[in-house]
Amino acid sequence: MDDQKKLTIIATKGTLDWAYPPFILASTAAALGYEATIFFTFYGLQCLRKDLSCLKVSPLGNPGMPMKMPFGPKWFKDINWNIPNIIQASIPWYEDVATALMKKTIANNGVATIAELRELCQEAEVKFLACQMTVELFGFEHSDFIDGIEYVGAATYFEYGGEADISLFI
Amino acid sequence: MNADKELDARGLNCPLPILRAKKALAEIGSGQVLKILSTDPGSVKDFQAFAKQTGNELMSSTEAGGEYTFFMKKK
Repeated sequence: MDDQKKLTIIATKGTLDWAYPPFILASTAAALGYEATIFFTFYGLQCLRKDLSCLKVSPLGNPGMPMKMPFGPKWFKDINWNIPNIIQASIPWYEDVATALMKKTIANNGVATIAELRELCQEAEVKFLACQMTVELFGFEHSDFIDGIEYVGAATYFEYGGEADISLFI
Repeated sequence: MNADKELDARGLNCPLPILRAKKALAEIGSGQVLKILSTDPGSVKDFQAFAKQTGNELMSSTEAGGEYTFFMKKK
């Protein structure tokens, strides 16, 4: 047993907003000297795709999400567009528009992109584990994902989780 | 206060100021000082926490007109 602190995260979400917490926490932990490991399973696998355009946000059924415009004068940006679910659900490409607006908001606020944070994690030697079972379940190929991933099962997660000081399920 | 290296993290948001500072510290020697500029209000507490956990010394933390300046001495 060495005395280096360890963090493990189980990343289960495959949307643009929820892709942030695992990468932010793991890269920060690495900067603080932790050995950090992320186990990507179920929808979390989307965060490992070479092409990250699959990551989108959906305001539908998410009352916690402020819907504000990332451009225009301040009075306009301050408006919270409260659009009823039934209308959101019936507008084609609603999620694509919401995603484009979210990406603009992210850039306006000096927040890193997911690709950038993922790269920073890899530079800091954060270990990426992917659940092989879900890879097969969802019909993915290893070639869909970036390099440097270990494809493993639940038992391997516990090899890391069992040694960890902090373990998070996101 | 004199610094051996300066990091301009203005306009960047969490966790980038910390990650950039970590990188910048790797490029200076032990006992040398890194000056960090930031506009992220969260970075005030975060640089304290970073110093506490990494053993690098936060020599000063000041604010002027929405800009934060930190001096950190490498362990």
